[in-house]
Amino acid sequence: MAMEILLLLGLLAAALWTVMTTRLLRSVVGLALTSAVLSIIIFRLNSPVAAVFELSVCAGLIPVIFITTISFTQRIAKSQIQERRRERFIRFFLLPVIVVVAGLALLRWLKIPALMLPAAAGETDVRLLLWDVRHLDLLGQIVILLAGAFAVVILFKEPRK
Amino acid sequence: MMTPELSQVFWLYSIFAALLFITGLYCVLATFNLIRVLVGVEILIKAATLLIIVCGQLTGRQALAQAIVITLIVIEVVIMVAAGGVILCLYKHNHSIDTRKLKNLKG
Repeated sequence: MAMEILLLLGLLAAALWTVMTTRLLRSVVGLALTSAVLSIIIFRLNSPVAAVFELSVCAGLIPVIFITTISFTQRIAKSQIQERRRERFIRFFLLPVIVVVAGLALLRWLKIPALMLPAAAGETDVRLLLWDVRHLDLLGQIVILLAGAFAVVILFKEPRK
Repeated sequence: MMTPELSQVFWLYSIFAALLFITGLYCVLATFNLIRVLVGVEILIKAATLLIIVCGQLTGRQALAQAIVITLIVIEVVIMVAAGGVILCLYKHNHSIDTRKLKNLKG
C-alpha cells in the first residue's frame, strides 16, 4: 500500500509541476513524466497492455506532437518574460492550495458505500476481447484515425494559385 | 460485496483521480495559452484513464478496462494531432496562441 501511495503522490506532483511550470517545454516534459508514472500504476494494477500503450503513446508520441507544435511558434520577447511569470504566479499559486484542501476534505468526508459488485466475468486475454467482442471499438478507432488524418490534410493544405 | 481492503484501495485511487481532475480542470480554466489548454485536457484524460483501470481491477474485468483504455488512448492521440494542427493554423493567421488575442471569429 505504501508503494501505491508513493506512486500516486508522484503522479499528482508531476501533474502539478506540469501545470505550474513557466516554460512550455518543461510543461511537456512534466506531462511525459506524468504519463510514465501513470503507466507504472496501470502496470501494477494488472493491466500490462494498457500500461505499454500509455508508456509508448502518451509518454512518447504525444510529447513529440507537443514539441513539434511548440517549435513552430515563436518565443515571447525577453522584456515580457518577467511580466508573464508574475501573471502566471498570480493565476496559479492557488492551485496547490486547492488540491491540498480538496484532498484533505475528500479524505475526511468521502465514504465509499459497500457496493454490490458483479461477479468477475471469466474474461480472457485483452487481445481476444478486443478482436472478438469489441470489434466495433476497432472500427471506431479506424474511423477516428482516418478523420484525424483528413483533418490534418485539410488544415495544412496550401491554397491553389 | 466489496471487501474492506478493496474498498480502501478504490477510495484511495478515486481521491487521487479526483485531485488529478481538479488539476487539469484548473489548468484549462486558468490559462490563456492554447498549448497549455491542451496539456490540461491531457491531464483530465489521465484522471479518466486511472479511474477506468481501477474500476476494471475492482470488478475483475481488467481485459475490458484495458480495451476501453486502448480506445481512449487512440482517440486522445487523434485529438492532440488535430488540435495541434488547429493551433498552428491559428498561429499562422494571428501570430499568437493567446486566447485573448484571437478575436477573428467575433464577426
